Amino acid sequence: MLSVRNLHVSVGDTPILKGLDLHVPKGEVHAIMGPNGAGKSTLSYTLAGRDGYVVDQGSATLDGEDLLVLGPDQRAAKGIFLSFQYPLEIPGVPALTFVRSALNAQRKARGQEEIGAPDFLKLVRAAAAGLKMDFEMLRRGLNVGFSGGEKKRMEILQAVILEPRLLILDETDSGLDIDALKIVAEGVNGLRSPERSMLVITHYQRLLDHIRPDRVHVLAHGKVVESGGPELALELERAGYDKYGARDAA
Amino acid sequence: MSVAAAILKGDADALPGRRDEAWRWTDLRSLYRVMPAPSPASDRPAANPLFSSLQAQEVLYANGRAIGPVISVLDAGAKRRLLRRFVSASPDRSHHVSCDLQVEEKTDLLLIDSFEGVASGYLSSFSGTLKVASGSRVERVVIVEDAADGVSAIRLDVELSAGADFAQTVLLGGALRQRVETRVIQGPGARLRLDGVNLIDGARHGDQTTYVTHQGLGGASDQLVKTVVAGQARAVFQGRIVVSEGADGTNARMGSHALVLSDRAEYDAKPELEIYADDVQCAHGNSVGSLDEDALFYIRTRGVPDAAARAMLTTAFVGEVVARIGDDEARALADALVSSRLGGLR
Repeated sequence: MLSVRNLHVSVGDTPILKGLDLHVPKGEVHAIMGPNGAGKSTLSYTLAGRDGYVVDQGSATLDGEDLLVLGPDQRAAKGIFLSFQYPLEIPGVPALTFVRSALNAQRKARGQEEIGAPDFLKLVRAAAAGLKMDFEMLRRGLNVGFSGGEKKRMEILQAVILEPRLLILDETDSGLDIDALKIVAEGVNGLRSPERSMLVITHYQRLLDHIRPDRVHVLAHGKVVESGGPELALELERAGYDKYGARDAA
Repeated sequence: MSVAAAILKGDADALPGRRDEAWRWTDLRSLYRVMPAPSPASDRPAANPLFSSLQAQEVLYANGRAIGPVISVLDAGAKRRLLRRFVSASPDRSHHVSCDLQVEEKTDLLLIDSFEGVASGYLSSFSGTLKVASGSRVERVVIVEDAADGVSAIRLDVELSAGADFAQTVLLGGALRQRVETRVIQGPGARLRLDGVNLIDGARHGDQTTYVTHQGLGGASDQLVKTVVAGQARAVFQGRIVVSEGADGTNARMGSHALVLSDRAEYDAKPELEIYADDVQCAHGNSVGSLDEDALFYIRTRGVPDAAARAMLTTAFVGEVVARIGDDEARALADALVSSRLGGLR
C-alpha cells in the first residue's frame, strides 16, 4: 500500500523531513505521533501534493505507483484523502455541490460514469445520518459557519463519500470536545476495511483511545525514530517526547 | 465633452480621454484621429438566443435607430417586463441613441437592457433617462456583449421619487473600450441596489462607473460590484456616493471586490464617499486579490482538477451578486451568461 522511502522534504530553504521511512500495509491503521515541529503536517501535505513542499530525495508510492509526480487532484483520484487539521471554508459553494463535484471529478478521472443527483443524495443522506449531521447544513457554503466539530465531521463525510484507499487524518482531534471526538472516531472506524489504509497523525494519545492503531511511529527531527504497537502511544502519553530531544523545526 | 456630442458632430476632439478626470482610465480620445462615419440604417437584427425563453415585451434598436414601436411611458399601476435591445450591426461606423423612460406611480417593471455588438470596430453610444415615480419598483439588468474591438459608452441617468425602489445589476464583458455609467438621484426614502458582475479577459477593457446622490431623508443604497479580470485585460470601477445636505438618516453601503487572475491584468478602482448630512450610516469595503491558494489546494485534494477548482472559486466569488437579482427569470439569465463567460475566461 503506502511506501515512503528516505523522504527528504524542504519548505523554502528549511529541510523539514530528513530521511523518513514508512510502510503502511493494506488494511492497517498506523499512527504518527510526535512533538510540535517534528514534521507531521509536512508529511501529510507532501503526500497530498501541496505546492512549496519540495522533495529533495526519496520516494513515496501507493501500491507501487509513484505519487510524487502527480498533482493533488490526480492523487485524490488514485485514492488519497487528506482530512485537514483546519478545513477551509469555501463561501458560495454549497457543501452538497462541492462533494458531488469532487466525487464526479474522481469518477471521471477513473473513467467511471458520473453519479446522478438521486443516487448522490441517497449516499449523502446516509453518510450525514451516520455522522449525526443535519442534512440541511449541507446546503450552506462548505464549512461556512460550521463549528470546529462540524468541520471535522464534514471532512469525514467527504471521506465516506469518496471512499479513498488511503485516509490521512491530520490532527483530526484538534479543536474537538470529547463528544465530537467520539462521533468523528466512530465515523473513521466505520471506514476501516481490509482494502483501506489509514495514517493517523496526532500529537496526543487521546484520539488513539478511539481509533486503535495497528502500529505507532514516533516522528522527531524529520524522521521516524521509533516504531511499535499501540502500547507505544501510551508510553509516550506517560513519558512525553523529551527522550527524543528538543524540537528542531518550527 | 461627451461621446454623444462627438458622434453627432463628427468631432473626435469632443471624445473624453485621459485629461478628463472621470474618463482617465477609459480613454476614448486616443483611439480615433477622425470619427468613424455614421452607421447606416440596419435591417432588423436576428433574435438573441439568450432571450429565447424570456417572457418580456421587446423593443429593438439597431445602429442607433428604433426598429418598430418604442416605449417611453409606463402607465401607473402596470406590471411590466421589458427587454430593450440595442444592436450595433455595422463595422467601423458610429452611432448614438437617446432613450427616455418614465415609470408612473405604483408600477412594477423588470427592465432588461441588452447592448449587443454583432459587427466589428464600431463606436456605439447610449444615453438614457429613467424616472421612477413614488411607490414604483424597477429592477434593471444590463447585459453588455460587445465585439472585442468594439467601443461602447452607455450612460443612464436615474431619478427616484420619494419611496421609489430601483435595483440594478450590470453584467460587463469588456470590449476595446466599454463603459457603463449609472447616475442615480435618490429622493426621500427611496431604495437603491446598484450591483455589477464584470468579467473582463483577453485584451478587453471594461469600466463600471456609478454616481449616487442621496437627497431627502431616510434613503438607502446598497452596492456590491465584483470584478474578475484576466489575461491582459483592464477593469475599472468608479463609485461615488454623495449624501447631500438634509439627507439625514441615509444608509449607504458600497462594496467593490476584484479578483485579478493574471500578472498582466489590471484593476483600477476609485470608491468615493462624500457626506454633507447628519445621522448617516455609510460603509464601504473594497478589496483586490487573487484566488486563495489554500482553498485551491483544498479543493484539488478532493479530486477536482486545477482549472475546475479555479472556476469553482471564481463562480462562487461572483455568485453572491447574481443571487441578489430578485426576478427568477432574470437571475437565471444572468447566471447562464456569467457561467458561459467564466467558462471561456482566458
